[in-house]
Amino acid sequence: MIVLNGENADLQPGETVAGVLTGLGLTAQARGVAVAVNGEVVPRADWETFALTQDARVEVLTAMQGG
Amino acid sequence: MSDLTGTAPTPPPNPTNATAGERNGPQPDAPTAACEDAPTAAREDVLTIAGRTLRSRLLLGTGGFPSLELMAAAIVASASELVTVALRRVDPAARGSLIDVLADTGVQLLPNTAGCRTARDAVLTAKLAREAFATDWIKLEVIGDEDTLLPDAPELLSAAEELVDEGFVVLPYTTDDPILARRLVDIGCPAVMPLGSPIGSGMGIRNPYNISLIREAVTVPVVLDAGVGTASDAALAMELGCDAVMAASAISRAQDPVRMAHAMRHAVQAGRLARAAGRIPRRRYATASTPDEGLPDF
Repeated sequence: MIVLNGENADLQPGETVAGVLTGLGLTAQARGVAVAVNGEVVPRADWETFALTQDARVEVLTAMQGG
Repeated sequence: MSDLTGTAPTPPPNPTNATAGERNGPQPDAPTAACEDAPTAAREDVLTIAGRTLRSRLLLGTGGFPSLELMAAAIVASASELVTVALRRVDPAARGSLIDVLADTGVQLLPNTAGCRTARDAVLTAKLAREAFATDWIKLEVIGDEDTLLPDAPELLSAAEELVDEGFVVLPYTTDDPILARRLVDIGCPAVMPLGSPIGSGMGIRNPYNISLIREAVTVPVVLDAGVGTASDAALAMELGCDAVMAASAISRAQDPVRMAHAMRHAVQAGRLARAAGRIPRRRYATASTPDEGLPDF
Protein backbone atom coordinates (compact mmCIF):
# COMPACT_ATOMS: atom_id res chain seq x y z
CA MET A 1 0.00 0.00 0.00
CA ILE A 2 1.28 3.42 -0.92
CA VAL A 3 1.09 5.91 1.93
CA LEU A 4 0.61 9.58 1.09
CA ASN A 5 1.12 12.13 3.85
CA GLY A 6 0.51 9.53 6.51
CA GLU A 7 -2.62 7.96 5.07
CA ASN A 8 -3.19 4.95 2.87
CA ALA A 9 -3.65 6.28 -0.62
CA ASP A 10 -5.53 4.95 -3.62
CA LEU A 11 -2.39 5.00 -5.73
CA GLN A 12 -0.99 2.23 -7.90
CA PRO A 13 2.68 1.23 -8.14
CA GLY A 14 4.19 2.96 -11.14
CA GLU A 15 2.37 6.21 -10.44
CA THR A 16 4.75 9.13 -10.80
CA VAL A 17 5.35 11.86 -8.28
CA ALA A 18 3.94 14.30 -10.80
CA GLY A 19 0.79 12.22 -10.92
CA VAL A 20 0.49 12.32 -7.14
CA LEU A 21 0.82 16.09 -7.21
CA THR A 22 -1.86 16.39 -9.84
CA GLY A 23 -4.15 14.41 -7.57
CA LEU A 24 -3.51 16.98 -4.84
CA GLY A 25 -4.36 19.83 -7.20
CA LEU A 26 -0.73 20.84 -7.62
CA THR A 27 1.28 21.31 -10.79
CA ALA A 28 4.94 20.71 -11.48
CA GLN A 29 5.35 24.47 -11.42
CA ALA A 30 3.84 24.81 -7.94
CA ARG A 31 5.92 27.13 -5.80
CA GLY A 32 7.00 26.12 -2.36
CA VAL A 33 6.41 22.40 -2.74
CA ALA A 34 8.81 19.57 -1.98
CA VAL A 35 8.46 15.80 -2.10
CA ALA A 36 10.14 13.01 -0.18
CA VAL A 37 9.71 9.32 -0.88
CA ASN A 38 10.85 6.83 1.73
CA GLY A 39 12.80 9.51 3.54
CA GLU A 40 14.68 10.79 0.51
CA VAL A 41 14.18 14.04 -1.36
CA VAL A 42 12.82 13.68 -4.88
CA PRO A 43 14.23 16.65 -6.80
CA ARG A 44 11.76 18.68 -8.81
CA ALA A 45 13.54 17.65 -12.00
CA ASP A 46 12.63 14.02 -11.30
CA TRP A 47 8.94 14.49 -10.52
CA GLU A 48 7.78 13.47 -14.01
CA THR A 49 9.80 10.27 -14.09
CA PHE A 50 10.03 9.09 -10.48
CA ALA A 51 7.71 6.06 -10.21
CA LEU A 52 6.39 4.86 -6.86
CA THR A 53 6.85 1.32 -5.67
CA GLN A 54 4.09 -0.55 -3.87
CA ASP A 55 5.41 0.27 -0.39
CA ALA A 56 6.27 3.90 -1.06
CA ARG A 57 5.82 6.40 1.75
CA VAL A 58 5.25 9.75 0.10
CA GLU A 59 5.42 13.11 1.83
CA VAL A 60 4.26 16.17 -0.09
CA LEU A 61 5.14 19.30 1.82
CA THR A 62 4.60 22.99 1.38
CA ALA A 63 5.09 26.29 3.16
CA MET A 64 3.21 26.76 6.38
CA GLN A 65 3.19 29.69 8.75
CA GLY A 66 5.78 29.04 11.41
CA GLY A 67 8.84 30.03 13.36
CA MET B 1 17.89 42.55 34.38
CA SER B 2 18.36 45.79 36.24
CA ASP B 3 21.40 44.11 37.74
CA LEU B 4 22.92 43.24 34.41
CA THR B 5 25.87 45.52 34.68
CA GLY B 6 27.33 47.90 37.13
CA THR B 7 25.43 47.09 40.32
CA ALA B 8 28.23 47.24 42.82
CA PRO B 9 27.82 44.74 45.67
CA THR B 10 29.08 47.27 48.21
CA PRO B 11 28.86 51.04 48.27
CA PRO B 12 31.79 52.35 46.28
CA PRO B 13 34.01 54.67 48.31
CA ASN B 14 34.13 57.01 45.37
CA PRO B 15 31.08 56.80 43.15
CA THR B 16 32.96 58.12 40.18
CA ASN B 17 35.64 55.49 40.49
CA ALA B 18 33.83 52.61 38.87
CA THR B 19 36.05 49.67 38.14
CA ALA B 20 36.81 48.56 34.65
CA GLY B 21 35.02 45.97 32.63
CA GLU B 22 31.36 45.20 32.80
CA ARG B 23 30.74 47.68 35.59
CA ASN B 24 31.27 50.37 33.03
CA GLY B 25 28.54 48.85 30.96
CA PRO B 26 28.96 46.96 27.76
CA GLN B 27 31.69 48.34 25.63
CA PRO B 28 30.23 50.10 22.64
CA ASP B 29 30.82 48.49 19.32
CA ALA B 30 33.40 49.97 17.03
CA PRO B 31 32.28 53.45 16.08
CA THR B 32 29.74 53.38 13.35
CA ALA B 33 27.96 55.95 11.34
CA ALA B 34 25.10 55.41 13.74
CA CYS B 35 26.75 57.83 16.14
CA GLU B 36 26.64 60.76 13.81
CA ASP B 37 23.35 61.10 12.10
CA ALA B 38 21.00 58.64 13.65
CA PRO B 39 18.07 58.65 11.24
CA THR B 40 20.29 58.44 8.19
CA ALA B 41 22.78 56.05 9.69
CA ALA B 42 20.09 53.65 10.85
CA ARG B 43 19.21 53.06 7.25
CA GLU B 44 22.79 52.43 6.21
CA ASP B 45 23.75 50.30 9.20
CA VAL B 46 23.29 47.03 7.39
CA LEU B 47 23.51 43.48 8.68
CA THR B 48 25.49 41.02 6.60
CA ILE B 49 25.09 37.27 7.02
CA ALA B 50 26.93 34.90 4.70
CA GLY B 51 27.28 37.63 2.09
CA ARG B 52 23.64 38.64 2.13
CA THR B 53 22.92 42.19 3.19
CA LEU B 54 19.87 43.09 5.21
CA ARG B 55 18.82 46.63 6.02
CA SER B 56 16.42 45.51 8.71
CA ARG B 57 17.71 43.89 11.86
CA LEU B 58 14.34 42.44 12.68
CA LEU B 59 13.52 38.94 11.50
CA LEU B 60 9.94 37.85 11.60
CA GLY B 61 8.29 34.52 12.17
CA THR B 62 5.10 33.94 10.23
CA GLY B 63 3.53 31.58 12.76
CA GLY B 64 0.55 32.50 14.88
CA PHE B 65 -1.06 35.25 12.83
CA PRO B 66 -4.85 35.05 12.80
CA SER B 67 -4.90 35.63 9.04
CA LEU B 68 -2.59 35.99 6.08
CA GLU B 69 -3.80 39.57 5.63
CA LEU B 70 -2.71 40.52 9.15
CA MET B 71 0.58 38.72 8.61
CA ALA B 72 1.28 40.70 5.47
CA ALA B 73 0.36 43.98 7.13
CA ALA B 74 2.61 43.19 10.09
CA ILE B 75 5.51 42.34 7.80
CA VAL B 76 5.15 45.69 6.09
CA ALA B 77 4.94 47.51 9.43
CA SER B 78 8.00 45.67 10.74
CA ALA B 79 10.09 46.52 7.66
CA SER B 80 11.59 43.06 8.05
CA GLU B 81 13.25 41.59 4.98
CA LEU B 82 13.67 38.02 6.15
CA VAL B 83 10.81 35.89 7.46
CA THR B 84 10.67 32.28 8.51
CA VAL B 85 8.36 29.65 7.10
CA ALA B 86 7.86 26.04 8.08
CA LEU B 87 7.32 22.96 5.94
CA ARG B 88 4.24 20.86 6.56
CA ARG B 89 2.12 18.38 4.69
CA VAL B 90 0.06 19.86 1.89
CA ASP B 91 -3.50 20.53 2.93
CA PRO B 92 -5.64 20.51 -0.20
CA ALA B 93 -8.33 22.42 1.71
CA ALA B 94 -5.96 25.22 2.79
CA ARG B 95 -7.22 28.72 2.20
CA GLY B 96 -4.90 31.12 0.38
CA SER B 97 -1.28 30.64 -0.50
CA LEU B 98 1.26 31.65 2.09
CA ILE B 99 3.96 31.68 -0.56
CA ASP B 100 2.00 34.03 -2.80
CA VAL B 101 1.19 36.41 0.03
CA LEU B 102 4.82 36.50 1.14
CA ALA B 103 6.02 37.03 -2.42
CA ASP B 104 3.74 40.06 -2.65
CA THR B 105 5.43 41.65 0.36
CA GLY B 106 8.86 41.25 -1.24
CA VAL B 107 10.47 39.53 1.75
CA GLN B 108 13.07 36.81 1.52
CA LEU B 109 12.20 33.43 2.97
CA LEU B 110 14.12 31.68 5.71
CA PRO B 111 12.77 28.14 5.96
CA ASN B 112 13.04 26.46 9.32
CA THR B 113 13.10 22.91 10.62
CA ALA B 114 10.51 23.56 13.31
CA GLY B 115 9.17 20.41 14.89
CA CYS B 116 12.21 18.27 14.13
CA ARG B 117 13.52 16.32 17.10
CA THR B 118 16.44 14.48 15.52
CA ALA B 119 19.36 15.52 13.38
CA ARG B 120 18.16 13.12 10.71
CA ASP B 121 14.73 14.72 10.45
CA ALA B 122 16.19 18.21 10.50
CA VAL B 123 18.66 17.42 7.72
CA LEU B 124 15.94 15.92 5.55
CA THR B 125 13.64 18.86 6.23
CA ALA B 126 16.39 21.28 5.30
CA LYS B 127 16.95 19.47 2.02
CA LEU B 128 13.22 19.55 1.29
CA ALA B 129 13.14 23.24 2.11
CA ARG B 130 15.97 23.81 -0.34
CA GLU B 131 13.87 22.10 -3.00
CA ALA B 132 10.70 23.94 -2.10
CA PHE B 133 12.08 27.45 -1.73
CA ALA B 134 15.24 27.39 -3.82
CA THR B 135 17.37 28.64 -0.96
CA ASP B 136 20.39 27.21 0.83
CA TRP B 137 19.49 29.13 3.96
CA ILE B 138 18.00 27.19 6.81
CA LYS B 139 17.03 28.16 10.31
CA LEU B 140 18.01 24.99 12.07
CA GLU B 141 15.82 23.93 14.96
CA VAL B 142 16.21 20.57 16.66
CA ILE B 143 13.91 20.41 19.62
CA GLY B 144 14.52 18.38 22.76
CA ASP B 145 10.98 18.10 24.08
CA GLU B 146 7.54 19.53 23.58
CA ASP B 147 7.19 21.17 26.97
CA THR B 148 10.17 23.47 26.72
CA LEU B 149 10.93 23.41 23.00
CA LEU B 150 14.54 23.85 24.06
CA PRO B 151 17.23 22.84 21.58
CA ASP B 152 18.74 19.37 21.80
CA ALA B 153 22.40 20.35 21.77
CA PRO B 154 24.02 17.11 20.52
CA GLU B 155 21.44 16.67 17.75
CA LEU B 156 21.75 20.34 16.84
CA LEU B 157 25.52 20.12 16.48
CA SER B 158 25.26 16.94 14.47
CA ALA B 159 22.67 18.40 12.09
CA ALA B 160 24.57 21.66 11.74
CA GLU B 161 27.75 19.86 10.83
CA GLU B 162 26.06 17.74 8.17
CA LEU B 163 24.17 20.67 6.66
CA VAL B 164 27.25 22.90 6.54
CA ASP B 165 29.03 20.07 4.75
CA GLU B 166 26.12 19.96 2.30
CA GLY B 167 26.59 23.62 1.52
CA PHE B 168 23.76 25.08 3.56
CA VAL B 169 23.86 28.46 5.24
CA VAL B 170 22.91 27.23 8.69
CA LEU B 171 21.39 29.63 11.20
CA PRO B 172 21.03 27.54 14.35
CA TYR B 173 18.42 28.15 17.02
CA THR B 174 20.48 27.47 20.10
CA THR B 175 20.44 27.81 23.86
CA ASP B 176 22.01 30.81 25.53
CA ASP B 177 25.15 28.77 26.15
CA PRO B 178 28.23 30.61 24.88
CA ILE B 179 30.21 27.38 24.58
CA LEU B 180 27.61 25.78 22.35
CA ALA B 181 27.41 28.96 20.30
CA ARG B 182 31.15 28.85 19.76
CA ARG B 183 31.00 25.20 18.77
CA LEU B 184 28.33 25.99 16.19
CA VAL B 185 30.45 28.78 14.75
CA ASP B 186 33.50 26.50 14.70
CA ILE B 187 31.47 24.04 12.65
CA GLY B 188 30.77 26.76 10.10
CA CYS B 189 27.51 28.46 11.04
CA PRO B 190 27.65 32.07 9.78
CA ALA B 191 25.42 33.31 12.61
CA VAL B 192 23.92 31.99 15.83
CA MET B 193 20.41 32.43 17.14
CA PRO B 194 20.40 32.04 20.93
CA LEU B 195 17.13 32.05 22.79
CA GLY B 196 16.18 34.69 25.33
CA SER B 197 13.67 32.32 26.92
CA PRO B 198 11.54 29.44 25.64
CA ILE B 199 9.73 29.80 22.34
CA GLY B 200 6.45 31.62 22.69
CA SER B 201 6.94 32.21 26.41
CA GLY B 202 7.22 35.98 26.11
CA MET B 203 9.54 35.97 29.13
CA GLY B 204 12.14 38.12 27.43
CA ILE B 205 15.84 37.61 28.06
CA ARG B 206 16.17 35.52 31.20
CA ASN B 207 19.93 35.44 31.24
CA PRO B 208 21.31 38.64 29.76
CA TYR B 209 24.77 37.75 31.08
CA ASN B 210 24.88 34.75 28.79
CA ILE B 211 23.72 36.75 25.79
CA SER B 212 26.56 39.18 26.52
CA LEU B 213 28.98 36.27 26.80
CA ILE B 214 27.82 34.88 23.46
CA ARG B 215 28.37 38.31 21.94
CA GLU B 216 31.93 38.19 23.21
CA ALA B 217 32.48 34.54 22.32
CA VAL B 218 31.76 34.74 18.60
CA THR B 219 32.46 37.20 15.83
CA VAL B 220 29.57 36.19 13.60
CA PRO B 221 26.18 37.91 13.86
CA VAL B 222 24.14 37.04 16.94
CA VAL B 223 20.40 37.02 16.38
CA LEU B 224 18.33 36.86 19.53
CA ASP B 225 15.66 34.27 18.92
CA ALA B 226 12.70 33.20 21.01
CA GLY B 227 11.26 34.61 24.17
CA VAL B 228 10.76 38.19 23.04
CA GLY B 229 7.50 39.38 24.57
CA THR B 230 7.41 43.06 23.84
CA ALA B 231 9.41 45.90 22.38
CA SER B 232 11.66 46.47 25.38
CA ASP B 233 12.91 42.88 25.13
CA ALA B 234 14.02 43.53 21.57
CA ALA B 235 15.71 46.77 22.59
CA LEU B 236 17.56 45.01 25.41
CA ALA B 237 18.80 42.33 23.02
CA MET B 238 20.31 44.99 20.81
CA GLU B 239 21.76 46.86 23.80
CA LEU B 240 23.46 43.62 24.86
CA GLY B 241 25.17 43.58 21.49
CA CYS B 242 22.98 41.31 19.42
CA ASP B 243 23.07 42.10 15.72
CA ALA B 244 19.41 41.36 15.12
CA VAL B 245 16.26 40.10 16.77
CA MET B 246 13.84 37.46 15.65
CA ALA B 247 10.24 37.88 16.76
CA ALA B 248 7.27 35.68 16.04
CA SER B 249 4.61 35.19 18.70
CA ALA B 250 5.39 38.56 20.27
CA ILE B 251 4.00 40.14 17.13
CA SER B 252 1.62 37.56 15.70
CA ARG B 253 -0.18 36.94 18.98
CA ALA B 254 -0.21 40.54 20.19
CA GLN B 255 -3.63 42.09 20.45
CA ASP B 256 -2.68 44.39 17.59
CA PRO B 257 0.03 42.60 15.57
CA VAL B 258 0.56 45.47 13.14
CA ARG B 259 1.13 48.00 15.91
CA MET B 260 3.45 45.61 17.72
CA ALA B 261 5.41 45.02 14.51
CA HIS B 262 5.87 48.76 14.27
CA ALA B 263 7.00 48.91 17.89
CA MET B 264 9.50 46.09 17.39
CA ARG B 265 10.96 47.82 14.38
CA HIS B 266 11.65 50.95 16.40
CA ALA B 267 12.82 49.02 19.46
CA VAL B 268 15.47 47.23 17.43
CA GLN B 269 16.66 50.51 15.98
CA ALA B 270 16.66 52.19 19.40
CA GLY B 271 18.58 49.35 21.02
CA ARG B 272 21.11 49.34 18.21
CA LEU B 273 21.70 53.07 18.56
CA ALA B 274 21.95 52.84 22.34
CA ARG B 275 24.54 50.08 22.07
CA ALA B 276 26.62 52.17 19.71
CA ALA B 277 26.19 55.22 21.92
CA GLY B 278 27.59 53.40 24.98
CA ARG B 279 25.42 53.46 28.06
CA ILE B 280 26.46 54.96 31.36
CA PRO B 281 27.52 52.53 34.08
CA ARG B 282 25.00 51.50 36.69
CA ARG B 283 25.76 52.78 40.18
CA ARG B 284 24.08 52.20 43.47
CA TYR B 285 24.35 55.83 44.48
CA ALA B 286 23.33 58.98 42.77
CA THR B 287 25.69 60.98 40.64
CA ALA B 288 24.60 64.57 40.39
CA SER B 289 24.23 65.86 36.90
CA THR B 290 24.25 69.41 38.17
CA PRO B 291 27.60 70.65 39.47
CA ASP B 292 28.00 71.68 43.13
CA GLU B 293 30.12 74.63 42.10
CA GLY B 294 28.38 77.90 42.78
CA LEU B 295 25.92 76.34 45.19
CA PRO B 296 24.83 79.10 47.58
CA ASP B 297 25.38 78.66 51.33
CA PHE B 298 22.12 79.77 52.97
